[in-house]
Amino acid sequence: MYKYDSYDQAMVDARVEEFRDQARRRLEGSLSEDEFKPLRLMNGLYLQLHAYMLRVAIPYGTLNSEQMSVLGDIADKYDRGYGHFTTRQNLQYNWIKLEDTADILADLAKVEMHAIQTSGNCIRNISSDHFAGASHDELVDPRPYAELMRQWSSFHPEFTYLPRKFKICVIASEKDRAAMRLHDIGVQIVKNETGEIGARFYAGGGMGRTPMIAPMIREFVPLDQLITYAEACLRVYNRYGRRDNKYKARIKILVHELGRDEYVRQVEEEFAHMLEQGVEPPLEEIARIKPFFADPAFEDGPKQVDRSDPDFALWVDRNTNRHKHDSYVSAVISLKPVGGIPGDATGDQMRLMAKLAKQYSFDELRIMHTQNVVLPHVKIGDLHALWTELEAAGLGSPNLDTIEDMIACPGLDYCALANARSIPLAQRISERFDASGKTEKLGELKLKISGCINACGHHHAGHIGILGVDKKGLENYQLSLGGSEAEDTSLAKITGPGFTEDGVIEAVDKVTDVYLDQREGEERFLDTYRRIGMAPFKEALYG
Amino acid sequence: MRVLTGNDLKTGDVIWWTGEGWSRHVDAAADAGETAEQVLAAEEAALRVNVPYVIDAAREADGSVRPAHIKDRIRALGPTVRPDLTLKPKDPEALDWII
Repeated sequence: MYKYDSYDQAMVDARVEEFRDQARRRLEGSLSEDEFKPLRLMNGLYLQLHAYMLRVAIPYGTLNSEQMSVLGDIADKYDRGYGHFTTRQNLQYNWIKLEDTADILADLAKVEMHAIQTSGNCIRNISSDHFAGASHDELVDPRPYAELMRQWSSFHPEFTYLPRKFKICVIASEKDRAAMRLHDIGVQIVKNETGEIGARFYAGGGMGRTPMIAPMIREFVPLDQLITYAEACLRVYNRYGRRDNKYKARIKILVHELGRDEYVRQVEEEFAHMLEQGVEPPLEEIARIKPFFADPAFEDGPKQVDRSDPDFALWVDRNTNRHKHDSYVSAVISLKPVGGIPGDATGDQMRLMAKLAKQYSFDELRIMHTQNVVLPHVKIGDLHALWTELEAAGLGSPNLDTIEDMIACPGLDYCALANARSIPLAQRISERFDASGKTEKLGELKLKISGCINACGHHHAGHIGILGVDKKGLENYQLSLGGSEAEDTSLAKITGPGFTEDGVIEAVDKVTDVYLDQREGEERFLDTYRRIGMAPFKEALYG
Repeated sequence: MRVLTGNDLKTGDVIWWTGEGWSRHVDAAADAGETAEQVLAAEEAALRVNVPYVIDAAREADGSVRPAHIKDRIRALGPTVRPDLTLKPKDPEALDWII
């Protein structure tokens, strides 16, 4: 994986000391909260319900054992023994003190990590496929391009004060595991008809209060023009994005209001102009970056596991992904134990995952946007030993992509923006479906829960989505069906009137009953919904 | 009653105005009445509280203070999903107070 050069390290170190001084001035009173807030946010420090919250960037979800181990140490030293992996492949600490924050940033900087641009109206952490560099179905590893974009977007002076936050995703397979078209810009590395590798661009996607699927805006951008084209996209947005209304300030609104064709026309005009300006990084830079992502030294080994232990066999079937080398798989460590808090991991669990990555996965881990952790390169022959250690630590839940593998945002238990709690729903639903044995029958079913309209829990993209709202001071939950964040991207539709907490759990049960009753062949919940439509589900819920 | 709340500048802890200072315990909150906004401005300027605001609450028969909105009740006690991290970790019924 990427290693900082002296420029990277110097920038991050300087930022720590800059923030240390800013925090000191705030604590001494020479900065007001109004003055300090944008400075702390640019360093990932929010003020949430119970304390300050620090969001740490994990570039394209990739980290090494030492980094994961330090994240665990920070959880124990400065927080309350745990952290929360987020739907943007980052980590959040919930109980941070302002007076400790610069020291935490310094600890992060020692292992080439930071919290820069994890908040604020700037280009946020670039996200990517959690199986990048490992999966059998990718064209190339997308991470060198994500890294190039990370470098371009870090401290970019023109894009530090955008109309609103800006999220970019880079993938390199037809299968979308990163919700690419629900980003402000989605980049898919593709091959054109002449065999040349380039980038397909999508722009104007997003969730939040106005969910939109990004339209494709350019079929093919040569890789030696990747940054120039991205810069043109940002420039048009920065120039015309709505700064008068934060709820209409995202690029999706601009693309929608201008229309895709007019936005593209303006981007192309800007692109043609910028090609003459020579803003593209030299090809030597991507050539310098690529070796950091070279394949580790894979070895031939067993291609099959011993399936005599049914619990182990189930975990292998559910929680591993086919690797590009036939003696390896990518193994998913579930952070969704039955009744647990989705995405939370203790300091001990983080250090264990770090140790296992070192032992079994060439020192590398990935964070999934679905709040799980991946060991990308595990020998098939090592799987049983790995699973045994995960099981002992409560990390062996065999539930990837099942209803128990739900996304849930922190919700009203932690978040200052939330209207309703998300986590208790997730806990109760996983307990209920696990106890009834229904999870197995349902197969792939993606449930996503957000505690407010900002949609951090991706409810718009859930096969089943739940949105918490405030109804006259009481928590209420809207149910929606039919969303997908995958290559068949779609936005879920609301079923009808909302439910109480108990009511929405019953409602989830009912819609899964409709699916089990109506499904044909190997249909997933989503397939059945798309075939039969909303009516049978509404009838079961409200009839 | 009108209660003042915010987060401690240094630690981020949820705090409540007692009439003389700030407490982490909502039951110590005083009715700020018509002086609420003045107190907020002075305390924010004195760097004792971050993002202070006024909420409605009720004094219960036993003398305890119950914020009107669930968000402030969660702030007052702690996350409902981590009873061990609330202000009453050994009281299994404490969370009933929030809902």
